[in-house]
Formats: sequence, C-alpha cells, structure tokens
Amino acid sequence: MKSISVHILRDCSAVGGGASRGRAFSYRFTRKSNQTRLSFPNLITTSYGFKSCSATLSVVAEVEEKPKFDVHKTALLVKELRKSFNSGRTRGYEWRVSQLKSIEKMIDEKEKEITEALHKDLSKPELEAFISEISQAKSSCKLALKELSYWMIPKKVKTSLTTYPSSAEIVSEPLGVVLVISTWNFPFLLSLDPVIGAISAGNAVVLKPSEIAPATSLLLSSLVEEYLDNSAIRVVQGAVDETTALLEQKWDKILYTGSARVGRIVMAAAAKHLTPVTLELGGKCPAVVDSNINLQVAVRRIIAGKWACNNGQACIDVDYIITTKEFAPKLIDSLIYELEQFFGKDPMESNDISRIVSSSHFARLVKLLDEDKVSDKIVLGGQRDENQLKIAPTILLDVPEDSLIMQEEIFGPLMPIVTVENLEDSFEVIKSKPKPLAAYLFSNDEQLKKDFVQNISSGGMLINDTILHVATDGLPFGGVGESGMGSYHGKFSFDAFSHKKAVLYRSFDGDASVRYPPYTPKRLRLLKALISGNIISIILALIGWSKD
Amino acid sequence: MAAEEESRVVDAKAAARLVKGLREAFGAGKTRSYEWRVSQLKSILKMMEDREQDIAEALRSDLAKPELESVVYEVAMLKNTCTMVIKKLKHWMMPEKVKTSMTSFPSSAEIVPEPLGVVLVISPWNYPFLLSLDPVVGAIAAGNAVVLKPSEIAPATSALLAKLIREYMDNSLIRVVEGAVAETSALLEQKWDKICYTGNGRVGRIVMAAAAKHLTPVLLELGGKSPVVVDSGINLQVATRRIIAGKWACNNGQTCVAADYIITTKDYAPKLLDSLKHELEKFYGKNPLESKDLSRIVNANHFARLTKLLDEDKVSGKIVHGGERDKPNLKIAPTILLDVPRDSTIMNEEIFGPLLPIITVEKVEDSVDIINSGTKPLAAYLFTNNKKLKEHFVMAVSAGGMVVNDTVIHLAVDNLPFGGVQESGMGAYHGKFSFDAFSHKKAVLYRGFGGDVPVRYPPYTKGKLRLMKALISGSILGAIFALIGWSKD
Repeated sequence: MKSISVHILRDCSAVGGGASRGRAFSYRFTRKSNQTRLSFPNLITTSYGFKSCSATLSVVAEVEEKPKFDVHKTALLVKELRKSFNSGRTRGYEWRVSQLKSIEKMIDEKEKEITEALHKDLSKPELEAFISEISQAKSSCKLALKELSYWMIPKKVKTSLTTYPSSAEIVSEPLGVVLVISTWNFPFLLSLDPVIGAISAGNAVVLKPSEIAPATSLLLSSLVEEYLDNSAIRVVQGAVDETTALLEQKWDKILYTGSARVGRIVMAAAAKHLTPVTLELGGKCPAVVDSNINLQVAVRRIIAGKWACNNGQACIDVDYIITTKEFAPKLIDSLIYELEQFFGKDPMESNDISRIVSSSHFARLVKLLDEDKVSDKIVLGGQRDENQLKIAPTILLDVPEDSLIMQEEIFGPLMPIVTVENLEDSFEVIKSKPKPLAAYLFSNDEQLKKDFVQNISSGGMLINDTILHVATDGLPFGGVGESGMGSYHGKFSFDAFSHKKAVLYRSFDGDASVRYPPYTPKRLRLLKALISGNIISIILALIGWSKD
Repeated sequence: MAAEEESRVVDAKAAARLVKGLREAFGAGKTRSYEWRVSQLKSILKMMEDREQDIAEALRSDLAKPELESVVYEVAMLKNTCTMVIKKLKHWMMPEKVKTSMTSFPSSAEIVPEPLGVVLVISPWNYPFLLSLDPVVGAIAAGNAVVLKPSEIAPATSALLAKLIREYMDNSLIRVVEGAVAETSALLEQKWDKICYTGNGRVGRIVMAAAAKHLTPVLLELGGKSPVVVDSGINLQVATRRIIAGKWACNNGQTCVAADYIITTKDYAPKLLDSLKHELEKFYGKNPLESKDLSRIVNANHFARLTKLLDEDKVSGKIVHGGERDKPNLKIAPTILLDVPRDSTIMNEEIFGPLLPIITVEKVEDSVDIINSGTKPLAAYLFTNNKKLKEHFVMAVSAGGMVVNDTVIHLAVDNLPFGGVQESGMGAYHGKFSFDAFSHKKAVLYRGFGGDVPVRYPPYTKGKLRLMKALISGSILGAIFALIGWSKD
C-alpha cells in the first residue's frame, strides 16, 4: 500500500495516455500521510487498481496542458532567480515591503476566488477557509509589514574582555534562492505563509504547491504571476517529475510541509548541496482528557480541532483521545451530542465539513476503519459516501494498540478513544509513539498540567484547547523528531530564511602583543588570566608576578 | 560491557547497543535536572584544571602545538565556556514567556526548552580538544545524553579524551567512541536526535544524508576559503600582526577560520609583503622551521597535499617568502605567494596550512566580487579605516562570521553565534547558541475554560462569518454590528 513501484507508474501513464511521463525519476512522492497518491489525467492509482476519478481531478487537465517541466528548464529558472537575487533587488526593505503589500492586496481582492478554489479542492466551508487560511495569511503579512524594519536591524551584542576594545552585532542576511514545497490540506495558507517569511528575509523564492489541490495550485500560479515580482518570486506547478527536477537544483533553503517519508527524501536531496531544510511534518497528535473539566467547552474545542478543522485533515488535528475508563462514556455522550449540534443529524449532508481530498485518501481511511480488529469498535458514525468522498465524523472506542489506526497518522475524520486506568498512564501511551507535532491536554489539575509540559515532547502544546497555538505569532511552529525540524511563524519565519552573520568590529588601538609569538611563559600567564577575566591575575601577570 | 571496551565500537550492532543504553538512561530523566547538568559541567572544569598538562602534551604529540596555543585556545577557552554556562544555565532553562493574541484570548504562552535526546558529536583533529568538548558542553547544558567521536587523526588527544571522560563524567549518559571511518559509519547508521559534525563539506554531505534517514537535524561546522581584505591607510603593523595571529599563530593555518588568502591593491601589496616578512621574522626567527612556536602539519597526507598545492606549475614561481619544508618533521615554513592564477588549485581549495596567497586588485572594492565568486566562507576579514568600505563589506559579503580589523577572535565572543552558511555549514553554536542548538523549543499555550466563543463552531452561519471577519480584522465597530445582527455588506 505504501509503495508503488516506478514501473507501475510508467504503466499507468501508458494507459492514461495524456501526459508523457516516461522519464525515469528517482523519487516517489506523496503528500501528507504514507498513502501513495499520484494524479493523472484520467486515472488514479492505488494498490486496489485503477479507478476513475473525475471528481477529484477536474482541474488537472488544465494543469497537464502546461509544457513539461524538465531538469534543464528548472535549472534555467533557478539560474534566472539567482541572477535577480545577486543583483541585490530583493535585499532592500522597499522591495520586501512592496511584495508583502502586493500579497495583502491580492488576498483582499481575490478572497472570493481563493474561497472557491478551496471549496473545489476540499469542499472547505467558507468560514473555515476564511479563519484558517485567508485571515491567517493576511495576519502573517500584516505582522511582517509592521515588524520588518525592526527585524532587519542588526542586533548589537556585548563583547568580552578578551576582544576589548570592540563592538559586535548579529546581521540578518537573506540566504539566497529558496524553495517552498507546500501541501494540499491548507493549500493556500501553507503555500503563502512560508513565502511571506522568505520574502521578509529578502530571498528569491520558488513555490511548488501541491498537485493534490489542483484548483488552489492553479490559482496560486496565476495570482503570483499577476501580483508579485516574477523576476524573484515564481510558482512551479506539478507533481513528482517537477518536484524531482526542483530537488535536483541547488537551493539555499528548502521548506517542505508534508509527510515524514517525503521529508526524508527532501533532506537527502538537500544534503547533496548542503542546503538547510525546515521540515513541517505531522504525527499522531494526542488529546488527553481529564475528568474535572468543563466538559462541554472541552468537547467543542476537540471538535473544533478535528472535524471543524478540514475534517481532520490537518497536521495538528487531534489524532486520538486518551481518557480514563471511567470518564470515557461521559465524554462520548458529550461528543455525540455536540457533533449533532454542529453538523446536524446527518453529517453527510452538512455543508460545514470538508470532504476527503481524494479517492486514494478515502480508500486509505476506509481501510483503517475496516481492519478486522477495528471495525466493531465504532461507537459513532462510520457512514461513508465514496462518490462524494465523504466520511461522517466517526468515533472508535478502545481499538487495539497494534491496529493500523493507532500506528499511522489518521489524517481524517476518524477519532479513536484510548482508555487508561489513571490519566498519568497516558504519558506512556504518548511516549511509546514518535514525537507528535502537537499534544493537547484538557485538565484543571495544575500538577498534571506541569507534568504534561515537563514530560511530553512534541512540536507544540496546548492546554485546554486545540489548534490555537499556531495562531500565536510569538510561538514558533515546528516539529521535533518525526514531526519535523526547524520552525516558522512570525519572527521565526524571518529567522528561518535568514543567515545570522556574526560581525565583530575592532580598531587598531589597544593591540596587546601578548597574543603574538614568540610565546614566553609570562605571555601565557597573562593570556590565561585575560581569557578567564580574572582581574587580579591579569594585574599579577602584568607586573610579572605569578601565582603558580 | 565495560565502558573501556565500548570506546571502540567496531560494528553497527555494538553502536546500536550503545545508543539503546543511552536512550534508556535518557528516558529515565536524569539529564533533565539542573543539578545533573551542572555537576557534569563542573566535572569538565575540574578535569581541565587537573589535566591541563596532559592535554597540552597530547596536543603536542598530535600537532606539535605550542603550549600557549594549547593552553589558551583550547583549555582556557573551554574553561571560560564552562564557567559561563554554569553561571547562565538556570536562566537559559527557564521557559520564555511570550505575548498572546486576541484570537486566543484569554490565554498565556511560553516557549519551553527541552533536551532533544541522544546526540552525536563528531569532532576534527585541528583543535581536537576544544572542538570535541565545546559542543559536548552545549549538549550537556541542554540536558542531552551524548556520544563523542573524536578524530582518529589526532590519536593522542582522542585516547586522552576517552580516558578523561571515563574518569570524570557520568558514563551512563556521556560516552566517547574512538575510531575512524568504520566506527563513524556504524555510528551514523544509528538514530540520533541531533548530530554536530565539524569538518569538511564532503563528509558534511555524507553526515547529512545519513541523518536524513532518521530525520535527524544536523549542525555542520565546515570551512571554506576565508579571505582577508587589506585596505591602505591602516595601521599596517597591527594589521600584519593580527593576520599572522589568524594564520600561522593559529595552529599554523590549520584552522577553519584561519586566513586563507589576502586581497589587497597592486599598489599596497609590496608594503604589506614587507611588513609580513618583517613581523614573521620577529615572531618565528630567521629559521621558522626551527621555531617551537609553530605547529607542525598534522600528518604525511596533509603534508603531501600542501606541497602539491605549492608545486603546481603555475604556482611554484609565485613564492615570495618561505617555501622551505622538512618532510620527516612534517614542517612547512610560513609561505607567501603573490598573484597566483585564480584557476590554480591553491585558489580553489581550502588551504588549511601555512601557505598564504596574496591576490592583487586595482581598487580594494573589487575584492567583494572576488569573494562572492567563490563559495561562502566561514569567516571574512577586512582591515580598513574607511567607514563606507566597512559598511559595504558587511552588507555585500556573505560569510559565517566577520571581523573588521582583526582575525579569528570573534569566536571568543560568547554572544556571537559561530556557524557557517552554505558550503561553510549550517546551524550555529557557542554561548547560548550552543544551548539552543541542542534544545527543542516547545511552544506551549495555556487556556482556561472561560470565555468560550461559539462563533468558532459550526453550524457556520453568515452572522458567524461576519463576526469572525470583524473580530480578526480587529474592527470593533464591525464586531458590534455583527453581534447585533447588522451587516455593512
């Protein structure tokens, strides 16, 4: 299921006809989750065979008509951008601000088009599109515009006695030409947010949006062309071939959002050019629920961080719940009640919930549900509509720990509840898995909160709510271990795309010959004293005394 | 298994066992406490005080390093770092409070530094003591378990480090593995939570590719051709002495931030050359091959590499000072070359030895293009009194770090990050940056159950959308309109 070999892929393209994809390539790509997902004009392939998939790929035909993007062309593109970067145009404050303002303007003017593209790709409800994508991108822009002149100022730092007299500063400089590979679940925000960081820091940038959200990919391409300086900011649309061609180039930074499997491929490709990477990956984000809480508020917030967040298709969505055996029935009752309040008696008909992005992801989720030891654990939901790619909010109780659904990132509307005797036992459950991108705790117990923060390692953490920590600009957004490396958001985005150059200034005065050969014992004593900053020893050494 | 045996991990299996043991010990939580970290740092301090002579001797055996250079650049620098870390650690470990936004009101937020886990430090032979322990100090300060793999090219120091760490440190969490390629490969196959490698770009690529398999972040301290631009109108004697200090008096040029080549104007070159010759003689005497104040070349391979650079056809005629060599003693005299062709090997590889080419240009401003035509160096130096030139240099030249009117000593400023860019490396350490390099910055947001706003939740009505838009844009009037059900649309 996880892998599909290159020759199968070639076979597909032969069957599919439309695009010529005969060229060998070395990487197999997926977006988010371990599922193989490749788009073709008429065919989509999974391990189940071929399925027609006009619903998800309605726009791909247009994308495919674009001329094929090969390595040579990609190299030319990078060369062109490097030339622009070297000319210095992206370095000025004015250029950066003008581009950020253009993005702001673009979002204001094209809000409707963006909302429509998101609806097309994911049936994303308008309010979700607005809150979690459009307004977030806009606020990133606003913050950068407000703070940029301050961020760009070299930071003065104190110097030491060893280098006296001197002054020192840390100068932020752009890295050069950077690549942003974004993903399909928040295809607008997760494309533009890193681009905003790259521009703020003064880089030239290529954005490669996900082919799995084709409408948004196409829109981004045309909007960037229309609104931004194309000599330094470009969009490359495409799938595996294009990404492979891009990854062969030398970049000064790559920011990739997606799965750990592809993250490894990106980092290995980056290693060839010593390119630093920021990898925003995912993981199984747990929500631990204590019994002493305001249950209604907690439940609503859990729903907001699962089904009301792209129907579970977000890297920081709640993946599973851990609660006590005792409290589980109450929690489930409340979840069932609130879900009905939110999405009605028949959630399959609700317009307020995104659909599953593609039929291969639909198949992957169904497989998780239909596993033998799992299928009888469903306590709510389970309905599915393959034609519309919809799965109802589904809750499962006490699925076995060795089931697929507890081993893989779910990335969809399925929510297993794991029960433990004591809530503290949840720590072991979480620690037995790779470090997640987020960890949530609902509790009023101060000691438990403290222990949770102390003992659980995750990219970020939120106590008594979900998701909202990524809307806090002062907090870095990034994973650890399997959930990623590096971080961005707010000032951290600027830093992620900057080199922090250490600069020390000295004058010709105050030259101490003690540094220079020939090395005498006296010089040795004095230097040791100078470096340790021990004034008494310095004086002793200077007047020729020794403590030794 | 005794720690002594394990300091030689020959195969991947043994390496896996070692890492498993450390991971279990890390999991037990011992490294997280402030007390453990400080106790280990204090042990390092004590070790350096007790064993300064042993260390200096090992460095002499490996590199004929002059005692002053050993004691000052390796031991004293490290002691200084330890003392500073012990002083600051409590402060660094405190979560950093950050402001929250209206979107999450009411709430509080902090960034909590936490250890990454089990980390690997692979160190080089040129400052085999400092560059081994400096990252280890950072790793310990941040609360990690750590394996140090010192360079086999400085065998005396490697053996000493293995012995000292066994003797002074908590071996359930801090270990040395000695060895060469086979051992390093076995180590690189393991899953680490961070790898800090100091060395060259070729191996840096290998380290990063190996790290990619486990999604391990890397800190790569590499090198490059660090230029020195010399303007006229300066205090020439001071400048010259500082250039010598940053080349020959720095492990005889075998330093990643050593001056690799000089750029000056055609007019000024003769004066600079005279001054260099004069000061070199004052420092190392008439016969520098006899001087005890110069390190030797580390081994026969590097000696051969350096003589090859010198003996290249288009280069050998350009020697204007030095050039003497003593193969049995692995010594090469301070050597200056004038106007070597830009396409010669010596101008395309990092020299890492006592050879110093001088490139001349018409105008000193032309130096910027020469530097930018190469890969980004780990350091760039400029000697000038011209304020405009300084500003232009800092702006237009990209390098890991920079010093104006001196060399090398930016590394002694704890508040400056030490790290390269592009070919000269990625990531940085020193001072607080070392703590950061080995920490994960966990973002933590705290909320209460009060103040829950139903506008976030489905079903999504037009009214909710309007209110949300108003709230997020911070328009109070819009929010009020939306709340009372009016619309401006």
